[in-house]
Amino acid sequence: MIVHLAEQTSDHENGAFERAVRAAADSGITKPTISESSSTNQESSKTRLSNKKAPDSPDLLSMYRRMVLCRTLDERIWMLNRQGKAAIMASSQGHEAGQIGSVEALQKGYDQFYIYYRDLAVLLELGLTPTEIIKGFVAKEGEPLSGARQFPTHGAHPEYGIINLSNVVATHIPQGVGAALSAKMKGENRVVIIYFGDGASSAGDCHEAMNFAAIHKLPVIFFCENNKYAISVPLKNQMAVGSVASRAEGYGMPGIEVDGCDIMAVYEATFEAAQRARSGQGPSLIEAQVERYLPHTSDDDDSIYRSQEEIEEAKKRDPLKMLKDLLYSSEVLDEEQEELINKDARQIVNEATEEAEDAPYPETDDFFKHVVGDASV
Amino acid sequence: MTIKTVLEAVHDAMQEEMRRDETVFVMGEDIGARGGVFLATEGFLQEFGENRVIDTPLAESSIAGVALGAAMHGMRPIAEIEFGDFIWPTINQIVGEAAKVRYGTKGKLNAPMVLRAPHGGGVRGALYHSQSVEAFFAHTPGLKVVTPSTPYDAKGLLKSAIRDDDPVIFLEHKRTYRLVRGEVPDDEYTLPIGKADLKREGSDVTIITYGLMLHHCLEAAETVEMDDIDVEVLDLRTVRPLDTDAILATTRKTGKVLIVHEDNKALGIGAEVSAIISENAFEYLDGPVARLAGPEIPAMPFAPPLEDMYMIDSEKIANSIRQLAEY
Repeated sequence: MIVHLAEQTSDHENGAFERAVRAAADSGITKPTISESSSTNQESSKTRLSNKKAPDSPDLLSMYRRMVLCRTLDERIWMLNRQGKAAIMASSQGHEAGQIGSVEALQKGYDQFYIYYRDLAVLLELGLTPTEIIKGFVAKEGEPLSGARQFPTHGAHPEYGIINLSNVVATHIPQGVGAALSAKMKGENRVVIIYFGDGASSAGDCHEAMNFAAIHKLPVIFFCENNKYAISVPLKNQMAVGSVASRAEGYGMPGIEVDGCDIMAVYEATFEAAQRARSGQGPSLIEAQVERYLPHTSDDDDSIYRSQEEIEEAKKRDPLKMLKDLLYSSEVLDEEQEELINKDARQIVNEATEEAEDAPYPETDDFFKHVVGDASV
Repeated sequence: MTIKTVLEAVHDAMQEEMRRDETVFVMGEDIGARGGVFLATEGFLQEFGENRVIDTPLAESSIAGVALGAAMHGMRPIAEIEFGDFIWPTINQIVGEAAKVRYGTKGKLNAPMVLRAPHGGGVRGALYHSQSVEAFFAHTPGLKVVTPSTPYDAKGLLKSAIRDDDPVIFLEHKRTYRLVRGEVPDDEYTLPIGKADLKREGSDVTIITYGLMLHHCLEAAETVEMDDIDVEVLDLRTVRPLDTDAILATTRKTGKVLIVHEDNKALGIGAEVSAIISENAFEYLDGPVARLAGPEIPAMPFAPPLEDMYMIDSEKIANSIRQLAEY
């Protein structure tokens, strides 16, 4: 973990940061390093609002189970696309640890999750069922986010705090900041996490939103899932600096680079950012370095712009494999249990696929419903 | 009743709504200590404090986007864009996003926000302080677009816009701000969005207009009285949704319609009004639907003779009325 601390950050933040580093180190899972810091040993009770503790081994096993489910579901949806049943799919394979680790650090049903199109695991973690998700991809009745009006995974689920209004990259970042402004004005202790990719970090809306959030010390976590490609455009053509997180200093907030394939590292970073947000210390920018194992979407052909060798290299740090290895080495998981987990996931996804495929398409009766004003003019 | 300017009416509407409902707040450039470049929020910072009167960075997309986010989470933001000419960075957040909230979530979310902007020309504002912006937003299903012309309408409609559960673009013609005065009730009132108002009754020719042009049209209507032309003037007040019933009623009454707007003619509000008439009241027409609108040049020039050439005035309107009356 690399932390970019803005000069303006207070001792409180340094204290929180110190503890994050210690907690991560104590866990024995992450090996945090500090690139830039003016840490002090001062601590503040303000940073201890949440009672959440770092997940221990049983939680990690549960997270592994959920990660397997997400990967299995992701693979199935990709297959449905290849079978001509799902129109479009943006795979989350390689992003799962970043997504599950961050959600785990937040308050489900209370915090707000402004996600983007490559956040399958976030949807699962927050409560959408595999059936509901597949219904989105095959555009069937009962799709909960938009009634299959929108692209898969788009729309909103207010009870779960899921908002994925738009397919236009980065437009949701200022909206998430507005949600945080609302939380602050209403005196709520809610955190808003905004997920986006490295491509979105270049958009003007991203800059405007970060600046606004930092000025007003809003309870926001900017969570960049940096998979090094914006469709086909590599990082070197996206930014002249080495990291997205390094920009945080320019806004006056902490920027944290974290291995997005390491679920514990992500959890810790998000947990600390949430503490800062809840205690009135404002936003944080987390850059989770993840991998994208498949093309941008099912309509993309990444063999045009990146080599198979590069993908194979990236698979060496597959978040699923990393967590599995950890669980094996901790003797929390064995082959028998692993197979059981895989089997369970396959069964869940099989049943979900069947149910979603059997569901009817939406009726056209409500085509004109939920239109503002008069649909005629 | 008290005599107020349009600007005072706008100010009072926001002030009353902020007093009435604590989820209402204002955000925009220079609206805090400065009270807005036109003073529409004068005294707000002192009365409501900086939590509800937010001086924003000079970044219009985030003004709209942050307002939209707050609106989707229980607040009622009034976002001010300092001049209509600066509204273009908000198009992505307003046309692309806010307009689609309700439909795109199948009614799970809505966005009760107002985007206010002073717009229009005739103030020596040149290319970038004179633009008319209504047609761009009015084309968009999911938005309401209000263009008041009088203090009474501005106050009643702005209060309705603030209470509306969906995004409303509220365009105040900056020339009307201090120029136009009128009676405003002292008691609480609101006016319905989407209802036109017959500002003058007549029998020979109808003028359909909105915003600043209403006042020039009323002046022209008086001028042509000496030509024995009895003019009816319908003020649209809202350009989306259009009040189709009112448009058709006056068309059936006079049989001759002149549409007047400051915005340029091609693909503008007048084109839509004209189409509504020809589709629904063709048999009532005694002449072609006429349009008098801004010229097809990119924007309003600075030098007085050039600006005057752009702007529509009562004389130009009177001439158009006479031509149509003679048809």
